[in-house]
Amino acid sequence: MIFSYYPGCTLKTKAKELDAYARRSAEALGITLSELPEWQCCGGVYTTAEDEIATKLSSVRALMEAKKEGHALVTLCSACHNVIKQTQYALNTDDDMAFKVGNYMQCDARAEADTKVIHYLELLRDIVGFDELKKNVKNPLTGKKIAAYYGCLLLRPSSAMQFDNPENPKIMEDFIRAIGATPVIYPMRNECCGGYITAEDPAMAKKNSTAVWESAKDFDADYIITACPLCRYNLIKSESPLPVIYFTELLAEALDVK
Amino acid sequence: MLTNREKEQILISSGVDVRKCMRCGKCTGTCPAYDEMEYHPHEFVYMVEKGEIEKLMNSSSIYKCLTCFACVERCPRGVEPAKIIEAVRLAVIRKQGNNHIKAEDIPCMAEDDDTPGQLVVSAFRKYKK
Ligand code: SF4
Ligand code: SF4
Ligand code: SF4
Ligand code: SF4
Repeated sequence: MIFSYYPGCTLKTKAKELDAYARRSAEALGITLSELPEWQCCGGVYTTAEDEIATKLSSVRALMEAKKEGHALVTLCSACHNVIKQTQYALNTDDDMAFKVGNYMQCDARAEADTKVIHYLELLRDIVGFDELKKNVKNPLTGKKIAAYYGCLLLRPSSAMQFDNPENPKIMEDFIRAIGATPVIYPMRNECCGGYITAEDPAMAKKNSTAVWESAKDFDADYIITACPLCRYNLIKSESPLPVIYFTELLAEALDVK
Repeated sequence: MLTNREKEQILISSGVDVRKCMRCGKCTGTCPAYDEMEYHPHEFVYMVEKGEIEKLMNSSSIYKCLTCFACVERCPRGVEPAKIIEAVRLAVIRKQGNNHIKAEDIPCMAEDDDTPGQLVVSAFRKYKK
């Protein structure tokens, strides 16, 4: 099965392992991720302003490229996923936005960008299926207690993301079970690490991130997994005593393709 | 003094209907930037409605919002306060010479070898025009 794939800029530089493990694991599960022939950085964070058009165009182009390729679009970085999904949601719900974007792109933007967008975790849940994933596990991570860190961007705003229950998600916990480990549910799993504030106010980022890993530690996790390079960076910078790793690394380990 | 036109611009840019707010404070209660903010999400909504926009534009609170969407998700009235904060910030940084982060701020970040590109582009998008 072939899917278009939008890796995002950070996965080409500082988060290469997030990408490499994802591709290898997908192959092992019979899925081909075909990188879009052309894509640009999504900008990292969605601009909510309704009079901001230019900042949304790289996402529109990615959606249109995938539509041309004829495949659903898979994302991996939480931030890319959020920006692309929110852009598509704005196109679909805001006539004025659709009109203005269409003027820029010289096309019917709403129609040409109506590609199905799924995050890699949704690919595992909805296309592969967690039961099927479980059958493919060669190296179950038995006995490991893992804290899934959702952060903000996979879940919110749920109107656009439609990812999981935004206050009580379970997709990552189901993933953890499928690879044979034990999920740790802790209160801060869907609260913010501080994100880009680390460039503006590092002490504030440190405070927010520390609250996240402390919460995971209080609930006895062995380590924390994430889909977001910035979450990982912030948690590590705040001196998390728990290792913080990408979920795709555990997946590759479980599938024995690491 | 800011004119009504500027208030209008913030309302249009945000797409928020401030009159929907019932002042329950849930947005502020859930905000992870609460401690660092002088004006909190519910105050942004209220003050824009009242036209007290200059105070907001001059406050560092506009740079403390994390765009975490907690207030957007949890507001029982669908007000989406983060969009108001973004519109006020844009009203500031869109003006000539008002970039909050400058390119010169970046080299020091690049020295730090693990800094993800995501951080740099996100900060630019929120703080610079
Ligand atoms: S979210 Fe990040 S990694 Fe993804 S493309 Fe955008 S900036 Fe780059
Ligand atoms: S948790 Fe942190 S990096 Fe992750 S989505 Fe929220 S702000 Fe972003
Ligand atoms: S949560 Fe919504 S209704 Fe309540 S104060 Fe905030 S904006 Fe107003
Ligand atoms: S989006 Fe901004 S204002 Fe809203 S809860 Fe998050 S940090 Fe606070």
